[in-house]
Amino acid sequence: MIRLEEPRKFRMLVHQANQVATEIFRPNSRKYDRAEHAYPKELDMLSALMDGMNDGGDRGAGTAGLARAAADNDAIVNGANMSTVLGLIELCWGDVGLALSLPRQGLGNAAIAAVANDEQKKALRGCWAGMAITEPGCGSDSAAIRTTAVRDGEDFVINGEKIYVTAGQRCDHVVVWASLDPKKGRAAIKSFVVSKDNPGMKVLRLEHKLGIRSSDTATIVFENCRVPRSALLGTEEIDTKQGFGGVMQTFDNTRPVVAAMAIGVARAALERTRELLTQAGLSPDDYAADRWRMPAAVATFHELEAEWEAARLLTLRAAWMADNGQPNSLQASMSKAKAGRMATQVTLKCAELGGALGYSEDELLEKWARDSKILDIFEGTQQIQLLIVARRLLGKSSAELK
Amino acid sequence: MAKRQRDVQGFGLAALNRLAGSKTLDKLGLKKPTEKALYQASRTGFKVAGSAGKQFKAVKDLLSPARMDKHKPTDLFDLTPTEEQTMMVESVRRFAEEALRPAAEDAETHSEISEDVWKGAFELGLSLMAVPEALGGAGSERSPISSALVAEALAWGDMGQALALMAPVGVANALAAWGNSDQQMRYLATFAEDDPPDAALAFLEPTALSNPRHPSCRGSLDGEVGRWRINGEKALVPLGPFADLLIVSVDLEGLGPRLVLIEGDCNGLSAKAEPGMGLRAASLGRLMFKDVKVTEADVLGDEQAFEQAIALARLGWCALAVGTCQAVVDYVIPYVNERKAFGEPVSHRQGVAFTVANMGLELDAMRLMMWRATARAEQGQSFQRDAALAHRFCADKAMQIGSDGVQMLGGHGYVKEHPVERWYRDLRAIANLEGGLLL
Repeated sequence: MIRLEEPRKFRMLVHQANQVATEIFRPNSRKYDRAEHAYPKELDMLSALMDGMNDGGDRGAGTAGLARAAADNDAIVNGANMSTVLGLIELCWGDVGLALSLPRQGLGNAAIAAVANDEQKKALRGCWAGMAITEPGCGSDSAAIRTTAVRDGEDFVINGEKIYVTAGQRCDHVVVWASLDPKKGRAAIKSFVVSKDNPGMKVLRLEHKLGIRSSDTATIVFENCRVPRSALLGTEEIDTKQGFGGVMQTFDNTRPVVAAMAIGVARAALERTRELLTQAGLSPDDYAADRWRMPAAVATFHELEAEWEAARLLTLRAAWMADNGQPNSLQASMSKAKAGRMATQVTLKCAELGGALGYSEDELLEKWARDSKILDIFEGTQQIQLLIVARRLLGKSSAELK
Repeated sequence: MAKRQRDVQGFGLAALNRLAGSKTLDKLGLKKPTEKALYQASRTGFKVAGSAGKQFKAVKDLLSPARMDKHKPTDLFDLTPTEEQTMMVESVRRFAEEALRPAAEDAETHSEISEDVWKGAFELGLSLMAVPEALGGAGSERSPISSALVAEALAWGDMGQALALMAPVGVANALAAWGNSDQQMRYLATFAEDDPPDAALAFLEPTALSNPRHPSCRGSLDGEVGRWRINGEKALVPLGPFADLLIVSVDLEGLGPRLVLIEGDCNGLSAKAEPGMGLRAASLGRLMFKDVKVTEADVLGDEQAFEQAIALARLGWCALAVGTCQAVVDYVIPYVNERKAFGEPVSHRQGVAFTVANMGLELDAMRLMMWRATARAEQGQSFQRDAALAHRFCADKAMQIGSDGVQMLGGHGYVKEHPVERWYRDLRAIANLEGGLLL
């Protein structure tokens, strides 16, 4: 039965996440925007709380709980994918950078949840894993990865340089993408879990960024970094037919999560703008007002709200499909494409509507307009998402539609 | 009634007179098609004489209004239609593909739907669904979502014909939702009969920036409380020139804006064809009210019903937009895959591929926005905000998709060999038109 409301059973979780965002993220939001690279110690006690939520059977708001549901019966469910999306909307309404800095909720954790075997999952329980994909010479074109993993007895030896590793300094493990044989293209790309205490892996430096400054973004080098075979996620076989499947599978689950982040930060900007417009004597909540006779600021505000709702519903759909075992690669990319550009559009426009208050550091509007931009870039840029959507709709391979 | 019949026929005859003498038509070789169109127009005129005479009389006894069950709310986020809805949509979709799409060009040329299509729609039970079982219909639940799914599926075939078919369903929906027992006995039951009335909602007025919430169509008190004389105009009303029954938005003196039931053959109502940029199959018409007398018994629902009707009509337009845009996307994809330029399909270029990607994802967003507002209405939740946002969103994105649809075909999109030029004209209506249908 068609109904597009958030289920009541997640209200508690959403409320908890909102409390975290209100009581911990917001009060520290500006502080760690200014003190880039300082460790937000307030998050330590928080992560303990979130671990408790995860262990309590109630899914946490992080990425660790993501897993594709088995379609074992016909009953429709609202599960971990949806609760994760809803939780992250709240957390990122508080602060995107701090949400990205939550211990044990890294993108690497999502990869482990999606593709690790049971033994690996057990061994890595409680870890905090960053994800290392991008290299100085390759961004969206993951197939061009030059980092190598060469088999040596019962070990692999990894060599290469990775950049833009979110939580790269703070995490205790890194999921690194490396090629078993660069001549064999994308099918040879595998992911490995490397512990930070491995002497072959070093954090070289941290970036200074436009936004999400409270989240550390690291450059990591691998020099003859030796890992056991059990560090490999998925199979060692190079199956040129299956191609990228294994490592890319992670993204079907995580794209709606990044879309959720975009929805969260955009909602923050919309809510503050609604207050500012109301203080300025306008009625942004008057939806019965005639479209053509309302003040331009209110009309613009309603347009932004409509874009926001559109992105939100596309994202909930993608999560709902994952929860119900329906393939959602197309819909996941649609949600990311829409939410990514929506967040930039909404936060920039809200900063504009705020006038001086939209530009000044006295308010958070200018910060949200900086934070949001990354959400249209990482986990696949706007252009990559459109490529994926186009290929799916048109039935084209990546060789045909480049 | 007699006066109105003269108006329609008179209009046709005056036009015939002018056109028959036109040398331009001879020169251009247009005389034959024009004669055919005129033949159709006069046939419509005769149909007015026949169908406007439809008598409404209470055929069932109802002690209280028949309200259909509301859907039982669940707690889940769910995008799965019910089994009943899935079956209904499948058969409507087939009808749209086999009957509406092939007939679209003819229906547009003749500014009306063929008898076959009316019959087919009746066999599908379109209006039957909106009538409660107590009144001889087949409806068990009042479901705006079902109406939306049907409108989507019909519009995929052809938006103009879909509008004409959905207009009477909209009137039945309104009667089922807000009619009192007298109104339901007199009118609603007739929608379950073999020859359901031509009916539509008339909300739009012929001025720029007209606001449906504040109709300038006025009912002034006629001597005593509870009686009014209505004056004003309504524009682009589907089936307008020959409608048997109308639900008109009127500002009633002493009461405020309300929905009013007006029969097509009442004194003081005249109508004429008002063709527009598109949607010509829906026989759009201008209605003129001059001292039309109504009483309290003709007022449908209260102030809240009036507000909801505007929103549910807008959601109806959103549903038509979604179906039509789905048709555009479905048409454009094989075209750009087959059309070659510079030695490969044009879809291999990002400029084309990204346009298709955006058409696809904004279409999906339109559908979800429309579904959400409609489901909230169905489940008795407030839906004014959601309907307003969905309408704004659908109006903007639908026109963009309609425009991109022509663009993707280039010059071929601009000529009538392909339906995208018609969809472009049809989709301009989403932002402009009010009323007409109601989910």
